[in-house]
Amino acid sequence: MSSVLYDTPGPRAKRRNVLLSVVFVVLIVALVWWVWKTMDDKGQLDWALWKPFTQSEAWSTYLWPGLLNTLKAAALAMVIALPLGAAFGIARMSDHKWVRVPAGVVVELFRAIPVLLLMLFANEFYVRSTGIPSNERPLYAVVTGLVLYNASVLAEVVRAGILALPKGQTEAAHAIGLRKGQTMTAILLPQAVTAMLPAIVSQLVVIVKDTALGGVMIGFTELLNSRQTLAAFYGNVIPSFVVVAAVFILLNFVLTSFASWLEQRLRRSKRSTGAVLGAEDMEELNPAATGGTYGAGAGGKT
Amino acid sequence: MFDFLSDYDDPTLLGAFWVTIKLTLFSGVGSLVWGTLLAAMRVSPVPLMRGFATVYVNVVRNIPLTVIILFTSLGLADIFGVTMGSDIFKTRDFRLAVLGLVAYTAAFVCEAIRSGINTVPLGQAEAARAIGLNFTQTLRLIVLPQAFRAVIGPLANVLIALTKNTTVAAAIGVAEAALLMKEMIENEAQTVLIAAVFAFGFVVLTLPTGLFLGWLSKRLAVKR
Repeated sequence: MSSVLYDTPGPRAKRRNVLLSVVFVVLIVALVWWVWKTMDDKGQLDWALWKPFTQSEAWSTYLWPGLLNTLKAAALAMVIALPLGAAFGIARMSDHKWVRVPAGVVVELFRAIPVLLLMLFANEFYVRSTGIPSNERPLYAVVTGLVLYNASVLAEVVRAGILALPKGQTEAAHAIGLRKGQTMTAILLPQAVTAMLPAIVSQLVVIVKDTALGGVMIGFTELLNSRQTLAAFYGNVIPSFVVVAAVFILLNFVLTSFASWLEQRLRRSKRSTGAVLGAEDMEELNPAATGGTYGAGAGGKT
Repeated sequence: MFDFLSDYDDPTLLGAFWVTIKLTLFSGVGSLVWGTLLAAMRVSPVPLMRGFATVYVNVVRNIPLTVIILFTSLGLADIFGVTMGSDIFKTRDFRLAVLGLVAYTAAFVCEAIRSGINTVPLGQAEAARAIGLNFTQTLRLIVLPQAFRAVIGPLANVLIALTKNTTVAAAIGVAEAALLMKEMIENEAQTVLIAAVFAFGFVVLTLPTGLFLGWLSKRLAVKR
């Protein structure tokens, strides 16, 4: 157990590490004890409050429909945002200034506006200008907000994906007489999409997390919103938060693991040009992105 | 055209954006401190600390910020009695929102700094150890100063994301820009104009930050 930042511990360092561990454990135990005691005092540990989660009613009435709505909104947002993002990403690389500049302005603008503002505006817009029934409106508003924001993030992903391809690909395509449009659709895009897959899956995590915003602010009945209905029925504030957070963590953990599995698979693959856009690149394009593998530098692997 | 703005005085448009700025500043400083501590734990020689920081980062990053912010109010304040030293709801909720934002953003700050530590060449840390510096000295004098210069870009992105994330504080009723926009857009006729005003406000907040820190990161980058 050593790293470049420190030597393999000798007797003194070992003693110091043990001391630090003990102090740290005491702190953690104190915190856990306080949480446990407060919850006990407030009756949040009563089995009656946790029991609903072991039975099917809480899941089938509240959590499962909520989770389905979360997934539905996330999937819809991704499916709509992807082609839109691709279009804007390609437009940003156009040779014509009158295409490139407006596309760039739109992308930068929507990346700078919080998703919540987009959702609030979309919701109000649908209330006033369309006849969408009020029970479906929140879904429309959430998806619209997510699409506007994520299309602009994905536009940058697509652009980075295409730029990450070796220059020889474009040159070879031109050499065999393909036009610009053909080069893009037949040569660059198919390879870029493969390279982008891990980044796209990472972005799904961000989308899933952002759906919760619609639940609280515009009444979209997703997982977090269902928690409120559930807690009102069973009177279990803390247990419901714990369970809902656990579901989100599990869901996003699966997505993150899938993204890094894809990334490693693509890096190993001999059939591609080796251009991969992973979670680490996403962090530069969109800091809200999660997960990923990091280069092993001085920090070493932890 | 803009006369509806005078109907709102608690808070006013500028007042609401001032709350957004305060949320950003307090949470920014807090998450920088807590995130740096987490990053130091993640690379520390004590396995327990490494484990704690790794679990913290991976758990917190996968929970929606909305869940965290809502929990600070419904869970921490109402059940655990954490009132952040204030009985006035306005102050209490503001501080709770800052607490939630710090807890969430610190995970991203930690990852940014850790990736920064990874950009420092192995030779630097090895040389530091060779001249007899211990772990704290290596980290404080050699690795972190180089790492921080490398992470100004990524940290700027985190700060911009934080500025936008402060809008989530509206979920527990902190009177910042998004909550005011919700109120205005529901009550006034000029929806597009209102949306444009608030969008412009956020562009004004995030664009200069991005440009300035981008310039700074290029200027301070360690040439290798």
